[in-house]
Amino acid sequence: MNNLNFISPEIFISLSIMFLLILGVFRKNGSSLIHNLSIGFLLITIILILNNPFETDVTLFGNSYVIDNLSSLMKILTLLGGAFVLSISTKYLKISKIFLIEYPILILCSILGMMVMISSNDLMVFYIGLELQSLALYVLASFNRDQLKSSESGLKYFVLSALSSGLLLYGCSLIYGFSGSTNFNIIGNSMDSTHYGLTFGIVFILVGLAFKISAVPFHMWAPDVYEGSPTSVTLFFAIVPKVAALTVFIRFLYVPFFNMIDQWQPIIIFLSIASMIFGAVAAIGQGNLKRLVAYSSIGHIGYALAGLSVGTNEGIQSSIVYISIYMVMNLGLFSCLFMMKRNDQYFETIDDLSGLSKNHPVLSLSLLVILFSLAGIPPLAGFFAKFYVFKSVIEQSMYFLAIVGLLSTVIAAFYYLRIIKVIYFDEEKEKYDTDHSVWLKISLTFSTLLILLYFIFPSKLVEIVSRINLI
Amino acid sequence: MNFPILSSLILLPTIGALFLLFSKDKNSNTGKYVALFTSFVNFLISIYLWYLFDPSTSTFQFVENREWLKGFVNYKVGIDGISVLFIILTTLITPLCIISVNNTIKVRLRDFLIAILVMESLMIGVFCSLDLVVFYLFFEAGLIPMFLIIGIWGGERRVYSAFKFFLYTLLGSVLMLVAIISIYWIAGTTDIVQLYELGIDTKYQNLLWLAFFSSFAVKTPMWPVHTWLPDAHVEAPTAGSVLLAAILLKMAGYGFIRFSLGLFPVASELFTPLVYSLSLIAIIYASLVALMQEDMKKLIAYSSVAHMGFVTLGIFTITQQGIEGSIIQMISHGLVSAALFLCVGVVYDRMHSRLIKTYGGLVSVMPKYSILFMLFTLAALGLPGTSGFIGEFLILMGAFKDNFLVAVIASLGVIFGAAYMLWLYRRVVFGNLVNKDLLKIPDLDNSEKFILWSLAIPVLFFGFYPEPLINTIEVSVNDLIEMYNFNLNMYGPEVQK
Repeated sequence: MNNLNFISPEIFISLSIMFLLILGVFRKNGSSLIHNLSIGFLLITIILILNNPFETDVTLFGNSYVIDNLSSLMKILTLLGGAFVLSISTKYLKISKIFLIEYPILILCSILGMMVMISSNDLMVFYIGLELQSLALYVLASFNRDQLKSSESGLKYFVLSALSSGLLLYGCSLIYGFSGSTNFNIIGNSMDSTHYGLTFGIVFILVGLAFKISAVPFHMWAPDVYEGSPTSVTLFFAIVPKVAALTVFIRFLYVPFFNMIDQWQPIIIFLSIASMIFGAVAAIGQGNLKRLVAYSSIGHIGYALAGLSVGTNEGIQSSIVYISIYMVMNLGLFSCLFMMKRNDQYFETIDDLSGLSKNHPVLSLSLLVILFSLAGIPPLAGFFAKFYVFKSVIEQSMYFLAIVGLLSTVIAAFYYLRIIKVIYFDEEKEKYDTDHSVWLKISLTFSTLLILLYFIFPSKLVEIVSRINLI
Repeated sequence: MNFPILSSLILLPTIGALFLLFSKDKNSNTGKYVALFTSFVNFLISIYLWYLFDPSTSTFQFVENREWLKGFVNYKVGIDGISVLFIILTTLITPLCIISVNNTIKVRLRDFLIAILVMESLMIGVFCSLDLVVFYLFFEAGLIPMFLIIGIWGGERRVYSAFKFFLYTLLGSVLMLVAIISIYWIAGTTDIVQLYELGIDTKYQNLLWLAFFSSFAVKTPMWPVHTWLPDAHVEAPTAGSVLLAAILLKMAGYGFIRFSLGLFPVASELFTPLVYSLSLIAIIYASLVALMQEDMKKLIAYSSVAHMGFVTLGIFTITQQGIEGSIIQMISHGLVSAALFLCVGVVYDRMHSRLIKTYGGLVSVMPKYSILFMLFTLAALGLPGTSGFIGEFLILMGAFKDNFLVAVIASLGVIFGAAYMLWLYRRVVFGNLVNKDLLKIPDLDNSEKFILWSLAIPVLFFGFYPEPLINTIEVSVNDLIEMYNFNLNMYGPEVQK
């Protein structure tokens, strides 16, 4: 019974999913109600998590489930991300005629899966969580089922993701075979790191995880899926699953396999460098903003992985700081995308932004701040994110990684500048609608101000994150 | 002194910019008066700062130290004799830029003023930050407003120039960021005052020096990474060119003195020949290129490259005269190049052409303009009696002390400088008045007169009486050189002269 107290957030969210399903069956036209209720449930879950004492590390259910600072923080980020996605996409869903009860419920399901993933301390539990979130995501990607692109992206994501899950499962079985357990701690203690079998297992699992966070060379699905899915789902894809997958990455590398750092460090460094460079170079030619976001998110994951590759607590912390700031920046960027609407039609190419600054000065100013922040120009939040990552990278004298990473920010700066150029230097087009929902305005203001004013109190976030010590 | 005078200098323009941001009307003159008022108040504060400043010591004054990135970086600002002059230069040039927008900026005036004011904040921040990370923050953040100034209000090829400016500078600077973080792990702090005392381990100095050099060399700009400057200058609106020439370029010179010499004496000693060669190439090459220019702004841009060549040359002579000369040359070039760009701006506003061949014979239609333009031309070529002379003379003196050949080649640059400036002046102002459209243009109006005279007075004053400038910097420069030699003796006997 004591155990159940600690997982009250998970229990609460499962119950609310069932409740919402039943409610959805019995109430016709209840989409709006269910939508709002699910946002409320997400927020209540956050309160439940905050209720758990932050200081204690507890392991539950035969040491297969862990509640610690890392899991609590990442769960809060996931839930907040989910709540924001739901609250700002209402209007988009209505206009795209996909304002259905299943949408918030699927998002809740996938968030539940992510919460299980984040807390998992056992390969089996981890896999169950992963599959729960993935299955919900497949459906979400093809949610606009009357549209060819959406169905295509759902199918594409399903096939490739199933393949990567298969590899991951094979890795799990290898590890179980060579270490005799699926529990992270037991694997860590009983490990004979000279075994090639274990190395193979790690590699397979890393491939599977790299697929989920779309790190190069396992990124192929990302641009198509991001482009094809409904924008609100793209936003969800861009921020929430990454947080969960990154947490698993951290826990997997630093709990059972920290002793084998020599084996996995080169792999992570490669993934990181490849993602940073590819994300920067491939985005240059893109004309569609959603595709561009896909490539930019590949690049950003590269930076988060750079922090992860270091092998110190500071590295992990910097990586978490990075992903949190990245979430805020993407939230702002998508809020702007949701505002590009004219006569009930959404626009999503870079050319549609042409001369935006003349008609919509506030929106353009926010975009300016967000884009410069994504490019990592001080004094905006994106700079500090990169700064912390490279601080921890250079601490371990990994100069090559630091220099490659920073040079690729220069390349990446080019395509962010290109968008700014279109917004500020080009000729104006027709005005967009201005009847945005309150939530959209709030999220845009909130994210812009957070990015802009981060430099006044740069230590707050770091202080929270510095409670996470895995080693 | 408890009042945070430096922080208020940094913040005041930004507050003015915020005020403008929330004002309703976009093109009226009220915004201009607000901007002018803030920047003028800032100028007065900075003059007061100079008055309070104690030139008899080289320790940093008006220091403010606040916790910022916990346990790692403090927000630390303070000034010594070297920085105080650059701050005054910044606060003097900014209000003049704001007055000059009268005729040049037709669209989105309010946004332009906001960009200029934010720029002023950042530039002041660069000159008084006493922490490497804080310095980097101000140094890099300046790219954003400048990118917009060139890109939105620039000429035909503005997009190309804005991108080139941004990417060149960013590429140079990211290496500096790597170096700054490395310094934190090597020395345990990024506080400049502490770093001066601790010194940096000799074996790391060369690479760190090169990383800083990559950033400052692009910003100076030194040959061969100077190519962004002519583009940026030509396409930027007048006020943008003025800021760029007068202040942005000086950040690099200031950085060389403060960081390269102060933190890495052993490496500076080692790389002096490199800096000498690049400076000499810049002086000779840029002067020759300037001779061939058809475009007035481009000509002045190349003259900036040549003048900054003198500055880097003077800094790395590591003599009292050389460094003092470089600082005075930077201040003087700040005033003179600003004035020259404004002079070009004056005729550009009337004729909408920057080509030299459009003009000729201006003296008969614009006599007042011709007088002022001549004054600045002579100051640019370093005629005795103008501030340009003091700077160049001291630099050459320092260079003769250090290396005879280098000084001789650099002196050639002075002759070339006279050639292209005088030829420019002859072609624009004298000669027959061929282009009949010129007959219709009016002479300077009051605001133009005011701007140019406010630059001419200090140019002449410091030309005849450079004492205030030298007094302010003397002790700081002297102590810097002493510290430099002391560290050199202590850490690097093998490279000692």
